[in-house]
Amino acid sequence: MNRRSFLTTTAATATLAATGGFTFARAQTQAVKVAFVGTLSGPGAALGTHLRDGWLAGVKRLDNQLGGRAVETLVIDDELKPDVAVSKVRAALERDKVDFVVGVVFSNMLQAIVRPVTESNTFLITANAGPSTLAGKGCSPFLFSSAYQNDQPHATMGQAAQDLGYKRVFILVPNYQAGKDAVAGFRSRYKGEVVDEIYVPLSQLDFSTEVTKIAAAKPDAIFTFMPGALGVNLVRQYRQAGLANIPFLSTFTVDESTLPAQGEAALDFYTAATWAPNFDNPQSRRFVQEFEAAYGYVPSNFAAHAYDAAHMLDAAIRRTKGDVADKAALRTALEAGDFPSVRGALRLGANHFPIQDFWLCKVAKRADGKFQTETLRKVLSADADGYATSCKMG
Amino acid sequence: MSMLLVQALNGLQFGVLLFLVAAGLSLVFGVMDLINLAHGVQYMLGAYVAATLGVWTGSFWLGALLAMPVALLVGLALEWLVFRHLYRRDHLSQVLATFGVILTVEEATRALWGSAPQTVLEPSGLTGGPMGGVEIVAGLIYPTYRLVIIGVGIVVPLLLWFLVERTRAGMLVRAGATHPAMVSALGVDIRRLFTVVFAFGAMLAGFAGALASPIFPVAPGMGDTVLILCFVVIVIGGVGSIRGAFIAALLVGLLDSVGRAMLPDLLRLVLDPSSARQTGAALASMLVYIVMAAILFFRPAGLFPGGRAA
Repeated sequence: MNRRSFLTTTAATATLAATGGFTFARAQTQAVKVAFVGTLSGPGAALGTHLRDGWLAGVKRLDNQLGGRAVETLVIDDELKPDVAVSKVRAALERDKVDFVVGVVFSNMLQAIVRPVTESNTFLITANAGPSTLAGKGCSPFLFSSAYQNDQPHATMGQAAQDLGYKRVFILVPNYQAGKDAVAGFRSRYKGEVVDEIYVPLSQLDFSTEVTKIAAAKPDAIFTFMPGALGVNLVRQYRQAGLANIPFLSTFTVDESTLPAQGEAALDFYTAATWAPNFDNPQSRRFVQEFEAAYGYVPSNFAAHAYDAAHMLDAAIRRTKGDVADKAALRTALEAGDFPSVRGALRLGANHFPIQDFWLCKVAKRADGKFQTETLRKVLSADADGYATSCKMG
Repeated sequence: MSMLLVQALNGLQFGVLLFLVAAGLSLVFGVMDLINLAHGVQYMLGAYVAATLGVWTGSFWLGALLAMPVALLVGLALEWLVFRHLYRRDHLSQVLATFGVILTVEEATRALWGSAPQTVLEPSGLTGGPMGGVEIVAGLIYPTYRLVIIGVGIVVPLLLWFLVERTRAGMLVRAGATHPAMVSALGVDIRRLFTVVFAFGAMLAGFAGALASPIFPVAPGMGDTVLILCFVVIVIGGVGSIRGAFIAALLVGLLDSVGRAMLPDLLRLVLDPSSARQTGAALASMLVYIVMAAILFFRPAGLFPGGRAA
């Protein structure tokens, strides 16, 4: 198998520190090496692309430096295969001697690489995946998240359904672990009646059967979690069947990665998020503007979290004055979490996952004809995930 | 009861789409004894070309129409480049080589179009605007376009049947399937015949992809899921039999749709709701394969054994 990973040497300008001993100076001139891990081929590649572009945009904004040191990003495609992810990440750790590992779209990929990375005392920043085990009992001093714990967006939607006063909700999810987690997350905060729960195979081609059942059940709203191409299809069929008058509450179904294909069909459909491109703060506005100029598409939550990961590392390395060898100091610096986030103020919980606000968002059409999600209202304030309490860090 | 009717329509529509893909596969498998895993790729390309040309020309129908000659040309090119060298090889080599074609073409598609699903222009010109439909059941609009697919799916098999059973070209194809040496001895260029059959199958698959593009997501890998069901269809129908493929495709489509709609509810009569949902969902996705196993048990050559079926 050919290695699809390749080196992106971003900067190699040797800026010698004027002060300090010889060894110190040499350590400072070497670039900080970061392995970016994401799914960049296969059906999940669209998300990996968003995540990668978000990271690269973040690094570019920081003038190809992290905490004042030049940075070199090694882009790794995990191919959505745990064994491939582990062997490529091992090679990055042992051969390329990377200082940090960032990225990871899918939870099963994160679970595959978390031990090899953290056991080699290397910091791992997840910019998306946040499985409950790693936020709770399996938390690690070397694992940080710039995103969220997986349950939180689903729970946000449950709370939103509760707040909006929907009495009867119809649930439709794919039949695998993440689908079941979505239902559990939604139900943790939604107390009304669940008319029906339908589990469809992940390889589902057509939703006409389910759409017919929804029409027959006449619920107040539906809740769904249909990532990627599944969501593209469901949204379009839902609209075509004339069901759009039944509110469409979703997570990871309508976002900037799928909206180009869903277009008008997704208009006014709901989603839950930590951030949306219409966020009104300087950091966010600059991010959206620069990202669109560089990559030609509207950034999603995935891109935003990866962009934040770059700033998170930048702030921490700046605190240690460019030293990435002193792991204890670096950990304290990362835990401070005082970096400028596109989400505004943000802090990290005891399990190194952000404590942050969650928003109900709605799909809107911009003046330039592109589609994006826009915040409607804050649903959860400074929400900490429920697993932080069972995290005992050594 | 009317809900059941809608579900049956859903199944019928899925079935005819399956047929369009499976027909080409069955012909190639039956006539040329070639296992072509890359047939799904033709379906995918048809959808991509239709989507792109549709946006480019501004009309979905023009895009779908233009996708057919493109699919035909791609079929001819692939036959010339790859498949021609596989006819005399064993099935294992064929599977390996055509699997390689899948990987190559899908990766090329990803490089050309990106991995996100494509935007497809809504088919226009149907009653009630671009997304017109018929309200069969109160509150549920059945898109007219899906009814059009069913219509096309009934006309095309009739044309195919006429072509294979009633024309000279069809006669040669049938003869080539059972007695290739004899046909060749009578002065017919069997190679060229095979090329034509292959390209025709590719065009049918491309046409199916174009038809499916407004209702299924156009993304890399869209052909793989369809391909598996198509193999089920040709195995149930009997390899090389157009009539068998048609009946089997409708059977698979109906089983899939109605099974998914009814099984969880039926199981609720004997199980508690949550386990009925889980088992119902699992059983519904297995249903097609269970039925296939049962049919093969009683009729190992499929419902309508044709051609060179081994």
